[in-house]
Amino acid sequence: MPWTRRHFLTIEELSRAEIEQVLATAGAFRRILDRRVKKVPALRGKTIVNLFLEPSTRTRISFEMAAKLLSAEVISFDADKSSTTKGETLKDTALNIQALHADMIVLRHSASGSPHYLSERLGIPVVNAGDGAHEHPTQAMLDVFTMREKLGPVKGRKVVILGDILFSRVARSNIHALTKLGANVTIVGPSTLVPPWFEPLGVTVSHNLRTALADADVVMLLRIQHERQAVGLFPSLGEYTSMFGLNQTRASWLKPDALIMHPGPINRGVEIDSALADSDRSVILQQVTNGIAVRMAVLYLCAGGQPEHVAPVE
Amino acid sequence: MIPMSELLWIKNGRVIDPATKRDGRGDVFAAGGRIVKSLTPAQRKSARVIDAAGLVVCPGLVDIHVHFREPGQTHKETILTGAQAAAAGGFTTVVCMPNTSPPIDNAGTLQLVLAAAAKAPVRVLTSACITVGMKGEQLAPHGTLKANGAVALTDDGLCIQSNELMRRAVEYARMFDLTVLDHCQDDSLTEKAVMNEGAVSTRLGLKGWPHAAEDIIVARNIILSHYSGAHIHMQHISSAMSVELVRRAKRDGIRVTAEATPHHIALTDEALASYDTNFKMNPPLRTEADRRAIITGLRDGTLDCIGTDHAPHSPDEKDREFDYAPNGIIGLETALPVCLDVLVRQSKFKLSHVIDLMTRRAAGVLKLPAGTLAPGAHADVCLFDPDEKWTYDATKGFSKSRNSPWHGQKLTGRVHATIVGGRVVHETGK
Repeated sequence: MPWTRRHFLTIEELSRAEIEQVLATAGAFRRILDRRVKKVPALRGKTIVNLFLEPSTRTRISFEMAAKLLSAEVISFDADKSSTTKGETLKDTALNIQALHADMIVLRHSASGSPHYLSERLGIPVVNAGDGAHEHPTQAMLDVFTMREKLGPVKGRKVVILGDILFSRVARSNIHALTKLGANVTIVGPSTLVPPWFEPLGVTVSHNLRTALADADVVMLLRIQHERQAVGLFPSLGEYTSMFGLNQTRASWLKPDALIMHPGPINRGVEIDSALADSDRSVILQQVTNGIAVRMAVLYLCAGGQPEHVAPVE
Repeated sequence: MIPMSELLWIKNGRVIDPATKRDGRGDVFAAGGRIVKSLTPAQRKSARVIDAAGLVVCPGLVDIHVHFREPGQTHKETILTGAQAAAAGGFTTVVCMPNTSPPIDNAGTLQLVLAAAAKAPVRVLTSACITVGMKGEQLAPHGTLKANGAVALTDDGLCIQSNELMRRAVEYARMFDLTVLDHCQDDSLTEKAVMNEGAVSTRLGLKGWPHAAEDIIVARNIILSHYSGAHIHMQHISSAMSVELVRRAKRDGIRVTAEATPHHIALTDEALASYDTNFKMNPPLRTEADRRAIITGLRDGTLDCIGTDHAPHSPDEKDREFDYAPNGIIGLETALPVCLDVLVRQSKFKLSHVIDLMTRRAAGVLKLPAGTLAPGAHADVCLFDPDEKWTYDATKGFSKSRNSPWHGQKLTGRVHATIVGGRVVHETGK
């Protein structure tokens, strides 16, 4: 089955087969990353513009790295210096970038749905690098990629997502990816940050850390955003840590070989005990490395590449 | 100015006038701008005759909730283009909201608006602000505004948050027999909210507007109405619980009324899945349960009337990321077919009931002299074919704006002619 999508906007719209295609393509690029010479010519002559209208370091560097390893030219667009501060609309900014002969736009934006909006107005592919509280599809792909690398198929596995789910695009994309692949997903955290409206997405909603973590194969932590306490969503970071922080005792409720994941940036001592973040069970930095391969795959596929054409051999 | 001299004979239509309990084949006559029982044989010879065979002939529709954007935002709509859109939709009387720029909070602005309204093809009335600048701080001069022609008071989308100020406002307005129209929204619950809070907002990652924010203010208004005896009208009810609160209040004899929009009875928040800003309005589209509760409220009389909340915005303003696009949709040109579809065809309302909600009862909320074909009434008439199928093209409509969720949709029920003061102000295809 050929890859037919020009845009990479959400996990929700992908079929299970498409998710498998992305993961397989990422697998091929992941092997290339272990070579002495990592660069491939797949996107030579293409120019990719990273339009990051919301602050990001990890995701932007990861996309830049992925594009460079594919031999594409990369231009990253800094929100603070952009014409958006002069009143130009997103549409006009993007149309200008297209008129400047960019071949693809990677968009990070605080407004949910903005990649979808741009995709309907541009003739070039749009890749979602995170939109508001909606989706962060490449993050979910790299998370699933990492789980499969460590655990094998995720079907039937218990994955717990813990923390600020309400505002998390990472959680939403992971929920879609994991449920499509047959994992059992539990979301857990304070009732103000984990509302029951997630249930229609096929997950278990819990506020009880003990039952949630019991026999889990994976626990994925989300960063607690300090500013949330100011608006009364939870009392304090201290209260959060004592009720929901992952510490050694709580980690013992997981399966012995369970993975500890985090999309970063982490708050050591808040949502995760520092020693656990550095422990053997933590795959946090491997997630970051796998992110390059996943983003290489996404850029490659949206530029018209086909999964079977990625040279998987040394 | 509306010429008052024409003789008019509307023949052979199905005449439906809920105010006079008329529903049957017959004729409607007008002379001197008023409905008359009959015309003399001599008058009939010189009268303009309109053949209404196959059409429904009903009172001109009444909409007590429109935004015509003049003065200050005439790139969106003007009183003239808004009135033309009203005429095209079968409306003959509309009440403008005062959230213009500057807002209608003083006699001068009010006079400016009414001067433009006097030249419009339909009867354009206006409400005025409750507070100066709609800032929720100081009462606007209600008595002066009434003396200059304001028909109601409202701070429109800027619901007064202070219970003390709202109490004093309704007490003061009551002295002038002015109804306060309230957009019921507790702002503390809706900061940055752009759609209904629930499963769909959760899936889309958009900030939710809980129906509790409406319910709290509806309850507050019921309590203040009960306390003061003032009439408070709840605009565009969107929540099932608000319907129930109004139902109980009416049972208790409290002087509240309420309206529903065509979009809240036709659509739900599921329509937002593609982030189309032509489905973004305030209050937002809610769930299927809310939609059904509003229809039930219209059926049992809890909700008094249909109001469109016709809210034009330019294409550029709507062509934004969902979070940044302004709230509101246009509705005058689609209200009748949408209500016929949802209420008559889907919900089995009698046709006369729907006409009642869009004429007599809408006028009744503000005691406007409109909404009937009784002899002596203004000869304001709507002629429509309830079964005609047509495709609505917002780019070819009369409104200056195009922000309609029904653009490109096939609608059933089409206005053929609109008559104001005995004069034809709109004919389909003309």
